[in-house]
Amino acid sequence: MNLKRTNPSLFYLQRTLFYVLVIVIAAYLLFPFFWAVLTSFRRATDLFLPPLQFIGAPTTIDNYIQVFGNPSFRRGLLYSLIVAVGAVAVSLLFGSFAAYALGRFRFRGKQFIMYVILAVSVFPQIAVLGGLFTLITRFGLFDNPLGLMVSYLIFTIPFTVWVLTSFVRDIPGELEEAALVDGASPLQTLFRVLFPVMMPALVTTGLLAFINAWNEYLFALTFMSTNRTVPVVIANYSGASQYDQPWGPIMAASIVVTIPLITLVLIFQRNIVSGLTAGAVKG
Amino acid sequence: MTVNAPAKPPTAPPAPKQKRVRGIEGARAWQAFWLLLPTLIAIALVAGFPLYRTIFFSVQEANLTTPGQATYVGLQNFWFTTAEGIGLGFLQDPQWWQAVRNTLTFTVVSVFLETVFGMIVALVVNSAFRGRAFLRTAMLVPWAIPTVVSAQMWAYMYNDSFGLIGQGVLGGQALLADPSSAIWALIAVDVWKTTSFMALLILAGLQSLPGDMYEAADMDGASKWTQFWRLTLPLLRPALLVALVFRSLDALRVFDIMYVMLGANDAASTSMTGYARQQLIDNQLLGVGSAVSVAIFIIIMAIVVAYVTAFRVKFD
Repeated sequence: MNLKRTNPSLFYLQRTLFYVLVIVIAAYLLFPFFWAVLTSFRRATDLFLPPLQFIGAPTTIDNYIQVFGNPSFRRGLLYSLIVAVGAVAVSLLFGSFAAYALGRFRFRGKQFIMYVILAVSVFPQIAVLGGLFTLITRFGLFDNPLGLMVSYLIFTIPFTVWVLTSFVRDIPGELEEAALVDGASPLQTLFRVLFPVMMPALVTTGLLAFINAWNEYLFALTFMSTNRTVPVVIANYSGASQYDQPWGPIMAASIVVTIPLITLVLIFQRNIVSGLTAGAVKG
Repeated sequence: MTVNAPAKPPTAPPAPKQKRVRGIEGARAWQAFWLLLPTLIAIALVAGFPLYRTIFFSVQEANLTTPGQATYVGLQNFWFTTAEGIGLGFLQDPQWWQAVRNTLTFTVVSVFLETVFGMIVALVVNSAFRGRAFLRTAMLVPWAIPTVVSAQMWAYMYNDSFGLIGQGVLGGQALLADPSSAIWALIAVDVWKTTSFMALLILAGLQSLPGDMYEAADMDGASKWTQFWRLTLPLLRPALLVALVFRSLDALRVFDIMYVMLGANDAASTSMTGYARQQLIDNQLLGVGSAVSVAIFIIIMAIVVAYVTAFRVKFD
């Protein structure tokens, strides 16, 4: 404000530079995605065009038709959904039990359990890949979504426990004490009293865990051979010959997989920031 | 009340009261145990037991398809020289060391750039201006895009005959084909994807800083520059350290970007995880692959323990 009066030219220069920076940041963050969207609406023959002509080239939805006509992509969507929803559901159920115990109960060994859960959440997945592979084949779960779902618990459970515990701590204790005085059991207290209060936290945590499970690649690549999940399908998407990369359909498939995530993330923006910081900053 | 009070025996109350308290605490501990049980079983099943198996197989000569026929070989998977002087064991494999070098370069450079860019983005979004809400929203987009998708998007942009960067900017140079340039191309992808995450964490830290300190600094006539170095940065240190460690650990176990953009073979010399997976799954060498996994596990856990002790992270 002061600067505006004392030195207007410097003030407006600063302001212009600031907005230039804002535009540069926005372009940097959004351009690659914009380019992928654009490519998904262009014909294969137009991909060679120089950028300006490429932008103006005719729009087509052929790539999307081709992608949805591809049975392995459709199956991939289905398997990704089954596996991610399953892993998240189990994690939220188990995770809220554990978070209730860790956030509200005092008992010996609690700190040790917190350390174990934190250790698992920074686990390199590769450290269990071989061991899990032998277990999964032993139980006949190779190429079975159930096996993949169970393996995803390795990162969804520690994450949900960790984030939910920090939410449970923030819930005022009077609520639970009132239930205890009325003679409610811990499970009744959890389901009847805490769950309604925790609903926003459960949605946020579930969403973040879902995103992680939906995006997972290493286990999906290793534990499934024909029933591939969608990231693996996209990574392997190939054309007629080995050297022909069908970029149009690949971008279309990528957009199809990304749009639901971006939509969810934008709807739950505020919750996501609090979920992420609860999960990370308190580590 | 006053009438009944003298009638109470003076020594009786303390004993049952104490017992009762212990009873409640004992009951609560049991309840906590039952509540934790499903999680503990799940963690034992997907993390504990598989980790034990990995450590077990790291000292065995074993094949992935016939793990039952494993034989104990001590540390030969790590380091072993035959009578003819041929070095076996992954620690004597130049490809492993190349993967380690590349992973470390990737981690240090990308985390450094993400922190700097993330700080800039967070400071911009934290100041009041028109379009702030839009930028805050735009910030979430790269983060929400699946890693495999961003890898494909960038592979397309790097492509030497179609790509905006490979063809448009560099005139048909295959950036990903040459290992020395590929690592920088991969860093660019990771920086793009995770700068948002850094910015979000830093922004959360910025918003918790007390505003009156800045008012005081303004009164004292400290410049914005001085305020940043003397106030913001020191106060932000805890949030920044946590974000740094989480990002570093993520970068050290990087896999998707390399595997999707370079293919299985080049991924094995560009990331430690890629190397481990190639030994374990593609080469079916359960023993050697497990030994590599154990090495990666030790590296990462050592960093975590060093961090937790150095910054005295506590859980109540």
